[in-house]
Parts: sequence; structure tokens; C-alpha cells
Amino acid sequence: MIDFYLNGKRQRCNDVPADTSILELLRTRLGQTGTKEGCASGDCGACTVAIGEPGDDGALRYAAANGCITPAHQLDGCHLVTVEGLARGDALHPAQAAMVECHGSQCGFCTPGIVMSLFTLHEEQRRTPTPLSQQRLEEVLGGNLCRCTGYRPIRDAALSMNDYPDTHPLWADDPDLASNVAQLRSAKASATRGGHYVAPRDLAALRKLKAERPEARLVAGATDLWLETTQQLKALDDLIDVRQVAELNAIEETPQGWWIGAAVTYSRLEPLFETHFPAFAHLLHRFASKQIRNRGTLGGNVANASPIGDSPPVLLALDARVSLDGPDGERELPLSDFFLDYKQTALGANEFIRAIFMPRPDEAQNLKVWKLSKRREDDISAVLGAFAWRLDDGVMRDVRLAFGGMAAIPKRAAAAEAILEGQAPDDTTFADARAALAQDFQPMSDVRGSAEYRQVAASNLLERLRLMIDADRHATPQQEVTLHAYAH
Amino acid sequence: MRTLTELSPASAKARADQQGRNKGDGPLARETSDIARQGAPGTTRAHESAVKHVTGRAAYIDDLQAPADALHVALGLSPVAHGRLTRLDLEKVKSAPGVVDVITIVDVPGHTDIGPVFPGDPIFADDEISYVGQCLFAVAAESHQAARRAVTLASVEIDERPASLDPVAAAEREEFVRPTHVQQSGDWQAALSGAAHVIESEQFVGGQEHFYLEGQACLVQPTEDEGVIVHTSNQHPSETQKLVAEVLDIPFHAVTVEMRRMGGGFGGKETQASPWACIAAIIARRTGRTTRVRLPRAEDMRATGKRHPFHNRYQLGFDAQGVLQGGDITVIGDCGYSPDLSEAIVDRAMFHADNAYSLGSARVTGHRAKTHTASNTAFRGFGGPQGMMIIEAAMDDIARRLGQDPLTIRKRNLYRAGRDVTHYGQPVEQLGLLHDLIAQLEQSSDYWARREAVVAHNARNPIIKKGLALTPVKFGISFTAKHLNQAGALLHVYTDGSVMINHGGTEMGQGLHTKVCQVVARELGLDLEQVRISATRTDKVPNTSPTAASSGADLNGQAARDACLTLKARLFDFAAEHFGADRGGLDREGMRLEAGALIAGSGEAERRIPWGELVQAAYLSRISLSEKGFYSTPLIHYDRETAKGRPFYYYAFGAAVAEVSVDTLSGEYLVDRVDILHDVGDSLNPAIDIGQVEGGFIQGMGWLTSEELKWNDAGRLVSDGPATYKIPAFGDLPPVFNVELMQGHPNSQASIYRSKAVGEPPFMLGMAVWSALRDALSSLVDYREAPRLDTPATPERVLMAAEALRQRTLASQEAHHAPA
Repeated sequence: MIDFYLNGKRQRCNDVPADTSILELLRTRLGQTGTKEGCASGDCGACTVAIGEPGDDGALRYAAANGCITPAHQLDGCHLVTVEGLARGDALHPAQAAMVECHGSQCGFCTPGIVMSLFTLHEEQRRTPTPLSQQRLEEVLGGNLCRCTGYRPIRDAALSMNDYPDTHPLWADDPDLASNVAQLRSAKASATRGGHYVAPRDLAALRKLKAERPEARLVAGATDLWLETTQQLKALDDLIDVRQVAELNAIEETPQGWWIGAAVTYSRLEPLFETHFPAFAHLLHRFASKQIRNRGTLGGNVANASPIGDSPPVLLALDARVSLDGPDGERELPLSDFFLDYKQTALGANEFIRAIFMPRPDEAQNLKVWKLSKRREDDISAVLGAFAWRLDDGVMRDVRLAFGGMAAIPKRAAAAEAILEGQAPDDTTFADARAALAQDFQPMSDVRGSAEYRQVAASNLLERLRLMIDADRHATPQQEVTLHAYAH
Repeated sequence: MRTLTELSPASAKARADQQGRNKGDGPLARETSDIARQGAPGTTRAHESAVKHVTGRAAYIDDLQAPADALHVALGLSPVAHGRLTRLDLEKVKSAPGVVDVITIVDVPGHTDIGPVFPGDPIFADDEISYVGQCLFAVAAESHQAARRAVTLASVEIDERPASLDPVAAAEREEFVRPTHVQQSGDWQAALSGAAHVIESEQFVGGQEHFYLEGQACLVQPTEDEGVIVHTSNQHPSETQKLVAEVLDIPFHAVTVEMRRMGGGFGGKETQASPWACIAAIIARRTGRTTRVRLPRAEDMRATGKRHPFHNRYQLGFDAQGVLQGGDITVIGDCGYSPDLSEAIVDRAMFHADNAYSLGSARVTGHRAKTHTASNTAFRGFGGPQGMMIIEAAMDDIARRLGQDPLTIRKRNLYRAGRDVTHYGQPVEQLGLLHDLIAQLEQSSDYWARREAVVAHNARNPIIKKGLALTPVKFGISFTAKHLNQAGALLHVYTDGSVMINHGGTEMGQGLHTKVCQVVARELGLDLEQVRISATRTDKVPNTSPTAASSGADLNGQAARDACLTLKARLFDFAAEHFGADRGGLDREGMRLEAGALIAGSGEAERRIPWGELVQAAYLSRISLSEKGFYSTPLIHYDRETAKGRPFYYYAFGAAVAEVSVDTLSGEYLVDRVDILHDVGDSLNPAIDIGQVEGGFIQGMGWLTSEELKWNDAGRLVSDGPATYKIPAFGDLPPVFNVELMQGHPNSQASIYRSKAVGEPPFMLGMAVWSALRDALSSLVDYREAPRLDTPATPERVLMAAEALRQRTLASQEAHHAPA
């Protein structure tokens, strides 16, 4: 059974198949058709809903999610808010009122999703008012496509909604809602029609389940897994949800660095990255959409082993390690040994990623991360370059150049690294390193770019690196080497 | 804002003005205090469904409630681009869980060809397979998922043949879906041979996926007769009615098509919404059950046609000032496998090969190439954008050749007195408007100061290059198929005074219903809230044209107004007689409906009869409170034999200035600022019009930048979802985006309140971004040449163009330094 609150009212849904999405549950089972399906792949945001979960202070925190690829079973013990749940009778919520006044809807099909993204922004603004910079708005709305308006009136609505009377939804009057929601959060396996969906709470239970049900798939954010059902029509009828496994949700800090639990979402990592890995934090802003970052996990991105995943090249450049767990216990290995071949990893049968270790950067370490894609927001890389190095008496040390989109796996450029290591960052050394990329990589042509483009672009990213190091070293007023929106 | 001097209703002049206004050709009230309160044309009113949009109460097709036993349809699509279907074994499909019915072409009771204008579109493939995504069969099941899973059980054998995917090669082999058409004015050969300079070039202009957020969808209910009621997301209900009736082999009156709103159309639901309705109708009739179809995104993108990709070639002669003398232009539209609307689309590309410039003596040839892809179709601009790309490319080419600023060359070539007739013989009216508009934008955008700043920036920065461009738009308004330029409306006044207006146009977000309600509210002197539009229905207004060619408000607004005028005249006659006797006479001459009342006379003699009282009295006196309206566009004609005529009632104009920054090492770029000035005549609703201008611009920019359609070598679309096909997102909105409507230039033709169509023209303002990218790249070679930049100008294309320019510079430097 899925036991949750929908717009302030308790809902108990029995016999929901394991691979049902929130969107499907809403539209076909609960008759709530305000939430729309635009793509069923988490790319357009028409299905955006807000999922409320208790924060550290017990109050509910609302995060945007794509209803089309979020498992309905993940609603258990949550408060789901949809577009139907915002107005107070005839009085519109500020997000809605601003959209009407600013002419923010034309065909109206993307509008419910946009209103829900604005609602989560409004909630955050109520809690901690912060200036609404362009970047802040892009983070909130980058995952909501609109084909009609060109976004200007939506930007106006986002900027002006705080000026509208703060009309609360009726459910916000209920002082017990948060505690009622919290009470629903209990560990239980959920037998579903023709399958199983189970959400263990600790590592021991996860290990046991994995041993008992070797065929079961692990699910965390489901942001990639769910496409197997919506796009490929596969049945996902035996699932183990790791989102609530305590050990997988921990961020453990040691003098050497951080162990990031495999189920920690990108949104939770943002503060850590902002402080210690600003280049990675900057990438996060262009990493899928807010809806995805609220659900997707670092462990999932690594386990997925896609050659065009955004985080693996960065983790490779940072010399990250992975901790694997399973029936035979724990083991640890460098991330560079984890990726074997296209979508092949070192994970053994019934093994899973427990955590990823990110070494603490010393002050001399530099990190640059550059992602090339057709669209700046919510796109997948054609090429991603992540470069780490330090300058030691004018020569480069600990050079790690990792690329996505250049091979069947996320991969370091061993030959180019060898040329730069221990050398001064001058023209000729870099020219040699650029030439060596041809040994390191033989990229392929696909929908995101041709092999030739990838090769040229990867090489040019090294030239950009040289220009940046050069400008830093000579402390010249920095000539523009990248576009401001891509700089960090 | 223009305001009207106060009318003195007693004066003859006022009456004449009022009459003129009624006819649509007098001086116009954009805003008077009364009218503003009434939400009349010229005032900003929210979209009629805005509150429903933001609360989730606006219902789209898949939101409609249906009986519990309603069937869900999934389609079996061809995995192969070209071949013969040798075996289609559907036994496993039929026995799959939840499956109720499976149909193929043999199950179609009536017509099997559903080509909208010309034949060539089989409802299901029979024998010949023509593209990946072509419909082979349909499955109806108890749930959407059951139907989709059953489809995968089909056993399909196809004798595969090589697919023709290159329209240029197809044109060389003369494989066309429709005959080639040629337009010619003057002696183009003499113009070329006599010109001081000649440029010759070619370009590839990419297609575009509509990416309406609501995919193709319909819901069909069987009626108690032999017919069906079709709810469909659809720009052309009458055509769907016709095709459904023909497929079912029943009379048209047995089919009712209802269309409340679309979640976006953009042309993609003009002809290509019908097949799904036809399929659902067959199943609904066979099973007696309500049947719904909705295409999952990837199937929608594979099965339906897109904006035509074009290959354009041009050879143009110009004088030392850069003024065009004439030339030869060839366009090849990639039509896909069947004619669909390609005849008219390639025509429109030809009609717009001049954009806002006189070509001189020119020949324009248009080919309609047949390829093995989905049948390309209408999309905002309808070929016009692809045609305009030729001459905008040429303007930049000429400027580089002569070392002039591209804006200087563009201005010299604008249509002007003495050079004011198009290559198809239509005089360009409102030349003053065109020149004023560009001069105003040039000034308001600070073009020349920014040009200096751009050049200075580029001299300082070897990597990041800025580009700037101003491009105009002149877009012809009217369907080029003359018979489509007609519209009907049906007006009902109920006894409580509330008003229902129906018309043939469909609402896809463009605010058409809002505008038509404003027209009716103005004519009847009512608040906008008293006027409502229910849905577009073929049993209310018959034989309608598609909502396309930007014509929705022009045609349907006039038809609605026509109905209002007839009803008004009847009510005035009635009032003069009915209220005349016991109230001491009402002056029929000066009668008007304003502020919720019938007003007669003026000053001391002014009499007011509230609308509700008037309506009640008319009803009790057995006066009809219902009226139909009709409109057909005057003046237009085009002779295909001579390729001459006046295909357009008028032209809409606009211009945009875009500034971009390009990273020439990575190909990444940003659009830093956009300034737009656009002509909508006297706006019917400035907020809605601004929304069309902004949305059109961003969509046009997407077409030319990030939206890349890719097919693999086997003809399968590989950019088949939003993960791989990138329409503009929130961050693509330029940080500085100044959009203004041109003031003070009412339409010179008697359009509805002298407004102009606004749906398509702003789309082509996006060309400014493309031209600015070329400008930035051109700085790499000191503005000595305009690089070829096919579209979409993705970061990949921009980078490769930059690399090519750099290589050439290096090569020429080496040659220069080589020992003799």
C-alpha cells in the first residue's frame, strides 16, 4: 500500500504495480488530470509535482519532481502537492496569480508544471528569502519547457509573485499535517500486484534483500531506470528502493575527504560542492534539471556508467574512489578501475555502490570542468572535460584530464596527461598534449555530435586550459577566454 | 497609443466614422475609457483560459473523462524506411492481455487514402513502406500500456530497399511529390551578366520538430446513428470531419468534430492530427466503445512530419552599391514521402525568397523533393522562413564582398518607390511603414554605437567574438490556396443577455478566442465576461478552413463581426419601432450599443435601453437573437500559369536586432541582447500580440540554433525526444529582450479593426540571431568573408565554421610568407 497525503488529504492506494509512476497514479487511478504528460522521460517538466518530506526541523520541505519518472511508491510517507492543490477556493496562489497577470500561459499545457516549480521557489523564498538572480531562476525553471511564450512572461511571473497576497492553500492551515505525514513513514515492504517494491531502512536489510532477491533492481532517483518502463515498455516488477537506507544517505567527513553515500541526491550535495568543489557546483547548475537533481543520486550516475554521464569525468579528475558492498562484504577501488567497458562496471553479482569518496582538495589543486552541449540547460554533454592539476615551481603536477563523450566509458586521457605531467604549461607542451588526445580517444558520431567535432572540441578545451593557466600566471587582466555564463 | 477624438454622435461625421469603423476602414478607437472597461479590441486582456491553465482545470484531450470501458489505441509503426511489406503476423498481438481489437488496412470500410489535398497518404501501409514510423496497424486494448505492449508482439517482415534520404539527389533524379514551379520577373540572365558583382552560394536550412507540449491525441465516441463524435487536438476540424466520414464511408453530417483547445499546434496539427482520429473512429464503430489515441512522444516525433528542410542555391548580381540587379534562385524542399501541403509550402518559400528586398530581375524555381521520411508539413511560417534565409544570407555575403556593414546593404535593398513590385507581381504597400520601422529600430537599439563597440571588442579578444545583426521581415498574409480565405461564425444571444459566439477557428494558445470575444464584446457594447466561446464544432460552423496562415483572427474576427452587425441592425430596427412609440421616438440613425446598453440620440434626447431589457423585449416580440456571420478576403488572386498575381491581402512587417557572443574555441555562444519592433497594424490585444512576437522569435531562434533533427543512415529519426532534440529552455531567453509593437501604422487594408495577423511573422525575426553568429565568425577573417553557416547553427556547426576560417587564415598567411 502507498500511504501518503495528496494536497492535504490522506490517500491510501492498494495494489499499485511496482512500476507505476506518480503521474500514472494521479491521472489514471486518482482522476487528477491537472498534471500533464509531455514526454514521459523527465525532460520537459509538464508533469512537475512538489513532494513534501519532513526536514530536520520537522517542517515539510517541498521539492519539485518529474511525476512521469518518479515511482509512485516513493510517495509513501510524503505530502504530494499538485496543481489542483494550490488555490484556496477561488483565490489563486501567488504563483498562479502572477502567471495569469503576466500572461505566462498561452496553450497552457506546460503551465501546471511551471506553476509547481514556481510554488517550490515560493516556499523556499518564504523560508529563506534570497535575491532572485537569473541563475537562481534558471535553476528553478530550467527543467520546464514552454513552446509558446519564449519564457519572458514566465520570468516576470517568477520575479513578481512575492508581490501578490500570500494566499495559502487550505491544507497549509492544518497544523498537524507535517507530523501526520511523518507518522506515515514506516519501514515496510510493499507487495504490489504482480511484483514487489520494497524500501529497506538500513544497510543490513539491504544486503539481506539483495541476497534474497538477486533479480531485483535497485532504484534510487529512478531518473534513468524509469525510462525502461516509459520508453522501452519493460516491466519493472521487482524493485528495492535504496533512498531510505540510512548508511547510503550519509555524507561522512574525514580529514582526507568525504564519503558520499550512494543515495545522496545532487540537491543535497550542492552546499558541499559550493564550498569545496566550486567547479563541480557550477556543473551541477547545468546538470539535468532541478526536478532531476532533487531525485537523482551521485551513486546512480556512477553505477549507470554512461559514457556521457556528467559526474564521472569530474570524479575521475578528482581521483575519487568507490566503496562497493554486497554479500561478500565491502571492498574499495579507485573509480578509474570501476568503468570497464560500455555500461560494464566492476560491480559483482549482487554488489552495490555504498559510497563514493571524494578526496579533500589541497589549496594548490585546480579543477576546471567544461561541458559542451547544444543547449546550455538540461542537456546531455557532447563532450565534457574535467581537468585537475597543481602548479609546482612552474611545472604541472598531478595532472588528471578526464573526458566524457569521448570513449565507451568516462575516461582519463593517459597520453595527454603524461605529456603535461612535470612540464611547464607552455605552447609546445600543450600542442603535444592536444595531439596526444588522438591516441587517447577515437570518439564516435551520434545524435549529439560528430566524431570530428568531439575530437576538435576536446583538443580546444586543452587550449582553453592553457590560456587560462597562462592568464593566471602572468596575472594579466584576464582576457575573455570563456563566455561569462560558462565561466567559473 | 492612438486615441480617438470623442465622437459627437449627433454629427454626420461621427456617424460616417462609426459606419466606417463598422466596415473596418474608418479611424479607429484603440482605447477609449468605455471600451477599455469592456475589454474591447485594442486592450490588454488575459487569455480566456488563463485561470483554468494555472489551476489545472483546463481540459485537454487526454484529460476528458470517458466511460470505464473506453479503449486505448497504440500504433504499430514501420521500423524500416523503404521496402515492401511481405508479412504482417498479428496473432500474438490479438491474443495479448487486454487486447480487444486489431486493425490493418483491410479493415478500413471506406477510403484508405487520407491525403489532405492530394492523394498519397495511406491510413495504414498496404504494400509499399515509405518511412520509418509509417503506420502498419493499430491495437485497441483496455489500457494504454496493454495496447503498447501488445504492439511489440507483432511479427513484421519487410523486403527492405535502399532509402532515398537526400533531397538534392532526389531532385536530380526528378523524384518529386508535386511538379516544379517557376516564378520569373524581367530578364534575369541579362541582369546577371550585366551586374558589376555576382555571388553564388548554397545553403542547407534544417527542419524543425513542432514539439507541441501536448502530443497528438483524440477521443472518439460512437453515436446512436452510424456516426461518431470526435474530440481532437486539431487545427482543422472540418478536414478531420471529411476524412473520418470518408474512411467510415458515411455522410459528413454523421461526423461531428469538437475541438476546445490544443496544447500547442504550430502547424503540426493542421493535416497531421487527422490520421489518429480516422483510426480511432474505425475502432469506435467496430467495437461500439469510446476509443482514445494519444501518441507517446517518441512515436509522435517519428510518425508525424516536420518543418521542411531546404537546400537553397542562389546566384545574384548586384551593383557597386550592393543593390541587387537580379539573379537565379532555386529552392529544394525536402517533402518526405507524400505531397501533404508541400505544394503550398514550397510556393510560400518562393514567395518569400525576396523577404523585404527587391530582387530585381529574378527567376525563382521551387522543387518538391520526395524522400523516405515522414511527410513534412505546415509549421509556423509555412516555408516562408526557409525562403527568406536565402536573401538574408545573400545580404551578408554582399556586405562582406563590398566591405560594407550588412545593415547598410540591407537598407539599400529594401523595397522602395520604383522598386516596389515582387517577383510574382504583387506591389508592396506600406513602404513608409517598412522604412520607418527599420529606422526606428536602428535608433532604439543603438545599432551603430554598438557596432563600434563590437568591432572594438573583437579587436581586443582573439577567442570571444561578438556579433551584431539587424534583419527585417516582410511576410505575406492570406492562404495561398484562395478558397481557404473564408470563415463563418454563429452568434447566439440568450434571454439573460449572455452571448455565445462560435467560429471556425481553433484555439491553440494564440489567444484567438480571446480576440474574437473582444470583437463581439465591442460590437455589442458588452463586458468581455458576457461573451463566451464554447468549443469549435463542425455542427455549429461548417466547412471551415484550418486555423493556419496566421489568419485566425483576420478571418474569424471578421465573420464574428459580420454576425454582430446583422444582429445589431435587426435589434436597432426592432428598438426603433418597439421603444419608439411609448418613449417618444428613438433615432434609428445614431443608434449604438455601448456600455451594456442601446443608446439612441444624444444630449437631452439621449435614451438608454439596458442590454438585458432590449434582449428580453426582442425575444417576447419574436425577434431572432441568433445570427450567422461570414467573411471572405477580398482582392486576392494568383495565376500559377503566369506565376503572377496578388496572393496576399497585405504584408506584415517587423525587424529584430540580435547581439551574440561566440566562443570560437568551443563553438558555444550566448544571445546577449535582442531588440524587436514588430508591426501588427492596430493591435487587437497588445499583451497577446507581444506574446506571439516573443514566443515566435524564441521559436525561430531555436529553429536556427539548437533544434537539430538527425536521422541515421537507415532513415530513422534519432533525435526523437526532448533528451536529444533541444528546444529553447528558460536560460535561452536573452537577458536583454526589448519588444515593442510598431505604433501609428494601421493596416492599409480593411482588416478587422485595421489589425494585422501576428501568428507567423515574428517567427522569422529569429534570423537576426543566425546573422549575428555569422557576423561574429566573420570577424575572424577581419570581415572579409561571410562564412557558410548551415542551420541549425549548433555549437558544433559554429565551431567547425570557426575552425575552417582559422585554417584558411593560417594557409593564406603561410602562402604569404612563403619564399617566392
